[in-house]
Amino acid sequence: MELLSGADMIARFLKDEGVERIYGYPGGAALHIYDALFRQDSVQHILVRHEQAATHAADGYARASGKPGVVLVTSGPGATNAVTGIATAYMDSIPMVVLCGQVASHLIGEDAFQETDIVGVTRPVVKHSFSIRHPSEIPEVLKKAFYLAATGRPGPVVVDIPKDMTAPTERYEYVYPKKVKIRSYNPVTRGHTGQIKKAVDLMLKARRPVFYTGGGVVTGGASEALTDLVQRLGFPITTTLMGIGAYPQNDAQSLGWLGMHGSYEANMAMHHADLIVAIGARFDDRVTNNTSKFCPTAKIVHVDIDPSSISKTVRADVPIVGAAGSVINEMISLVQGREPAGAESLADWWKSIAGWRAEREGKLYEPSKPGEALKPQEVVEAVHRVTRGEAFVTTDVGQHQMFAAQYYKFAKPNRFITSGGLGTMGFGFPAAMGVKLGYPQDDVVCFTGEGSFQMMMQELSTCKQFEVGVKIVNLNNQSLGMVRQWQDLNYKSRHAHSYMESLPDFAKLIEAYGFTAITVRTHEELAPALERAFADTNELVFLDIYVDPFEHVYPMQVPLGSMRDMLLSKTERT
Amino acid sequence: MRHIISILLENEPGALSRVVGLFSQRNFNIETLNVAPTEDPSLSRLTVTTVGDDRVIEQITKHLNKLIDVVKLVDLTEGNHIERELMLVKVKALGAARDEVKRTADIFRAQVVDVTPSVYTVQITGDGGKLDAFIQAMAPIGILEVARTGVSGIARGDKLLSL
Repeated sequence: MELLSGADMIARFLKDEGVERIYGYPGGAALHIYDALFRQDSVQHILVRHEQAATHAADGYARASGKPGVVLVTSGPGATNAVTGIATAYMDSIPMVVLCGQVASHLIGEDAFQETDIVGVTRPVVKHSFSIRHPSEIPEVLKKAFYLAATGRPGPVVVDIPKDMTAPTERYEYVYPKKVKIRSYNPVTRGHTGQIKKAVDLMLKARRPVFYTGGGVVTGGASEALTDLVQRLGFPITTTLMGIGAYPQNDAQSLGWLGMHGSYEANMAMHHADLIVAIGARFDDRVTNNTSKFCPTAKIVHVDIDPSSISKTVRADVPIVGAAGSVINEMISLVQGREPAGAESLADWWKSIAGWRAEREGKLYEPSKPGEALKPQEVVEAVHRVTRGEAFVTTDVGQHQMFAAQYYKFAKPNRFITSGGLGTMGFGFPAAMGVKLGYPQDDVVCFTGEGSFQMMMQELSTCKQFEVGVKIVNLNNQSLGMVRQWQDLNYKSRHAHSYMESLPDFAKLIEAYGFTAITVRTHEELAPALERAFADTNELVFLDIYVDPFEHVYPMQVPLGSMRDMLLSKTERT
Repeated sequence: MRHIISILLENEPGALSRVVGLFSQRNFNIETLNVAPTEDPSLSRLTVTTVGDDRVIEQITKHLNKLIDVVKLVDLTEGNHIERELMLVKVKALGAARDEVKRTADIFRAQVVDVTPSVYTVQITGDGGKLDAFIQAMAPIGILEVARTGVSGIARGDKLLSL
């Protein structure tokens, strides 16, 4: 029998659970835990410079690896600083375990120094939360936290740990629990076979089918199965922003991603479809536009692991509760040996899609000519070329995020890492850190803008300490581009607080941390700058690239319209 | 339509706040709420009455089921059920009104459970409609205070909400 203090149990549990790295920031209530981490060398602790960055870094790692990201913060402000990152992970169903120090049990409720009811504060944005009430519970509670975070529909789990629970003098028996059971929690895996048969029958009869798949396919590790199913059937496929890469985007059957700034052909195909097969997607408002005008002629098959996602905003005709991988594999076995009934109509359907592709060709942006300001879109395309489309790409939020999603074509899942649901500015850079620490051999690119980057730029210091060689591509348009775009469209170009009058000299800022910065102002400077920046995978390089500040993101769905109501440029709408 | 949802909930600190938080967070509505431990000390039974169309009720039950602390639930209004509420009412009881309060209480099969020279405290059980009717009947005499438990309910016949 092994007797350990609560703090040592935490360090030991993380090792036994296979956690290699945690992200955090010390403080009074977490000091026993930090001392335990100091006395071991299995788990690496990454000291961030702000707790929000710890959550985003853990989140980035989780999105790239599929494993839970782990965060350790102290009570009060340490924990509240982590809230934005917890909410970001919650909205995108990312597995994360957040260990929060708390004031000692006897002080709880007394407004003690650095006390916050973090379980209360985070309640709406966690999958579940625990408070430790006795040190001996620690191994089981932590196991439950990891189990809940990573299974079913994944999500963040908060564990609140009062300081006395980790006191070095109180020792209890430690056994690593290999398994835990939670009587009220039995996430489904297999879908209902009868429903899956119904769905497959509809698929084989469909004349204008579209697959519409989301983050559930990526987190469910079902990309290969999905690709197999889609290619067997020969149907077009569009993914959500969160689902990018689940099906190779360079394949002819891929329509790109859909929604507000999704591809023209994806939105047109959705609107005209007679069958939509939604898998691991949640019909959110940035996808559907006006739900009352959504896909008027389509029957809807909806596969999701979370029953509450089904028929939440759009009524499903064939609801299937199940894990994406298991349901897709069952669909494959039912499709085997059967031909789609409407091969001819499917050919017509592809003709319509080819027509839509031709219609938007060359309309969405015009590349710059020598001597002109660079277009953000062409910068993303150039980064795609120099990284051969194989980099991990993280983004912040705004125009650059949409351009990165539109013009970096992903062949693999888990490579496009973006805050889709919450839309958290400041996410990209720390997320890139988390990815790079987990995948040191790979290129990790963070597309950002001046607004977003300045929200988390203190993490340059973390990168210096831990030698994190990410590439930061700042698409510098000297304004909050997406806000400005909306103001151009809806507020007669009254740019209320959407421009930045006092930007720093980014190159000097980066150099102050001892890193390389390259400023690109012209068309001609771009290619050599990228060559230089990506020469060494492990060198942090900041590219400050001045782009055309007047550029808008297109297509853009017209508010309150249907899927097909889009602006294609500043002058053209459907 | 009004629904009565009964929930078996882990008897854990914070479990109730997760349920209540869910209703406000998702813009669902709570008409009454009633919660107490069951014969199994690890479980509480919580009964909530809510109003919404089928789509909303479906979302409410799905989201409740997602809460880790919710062990099991049933929408009692889907079948035959018994619903009861208990109410304690303090009524002004002076002079002729003393007899009137007693008579009205008898008509409603309510009991006077506490007496002072000027006040009767009346206990009444029944469904919400009966309790409302009693309040209406007593209002002209002078209601001083009302305490209602909110609805509790159980399915009729062999149907059980248990583990």
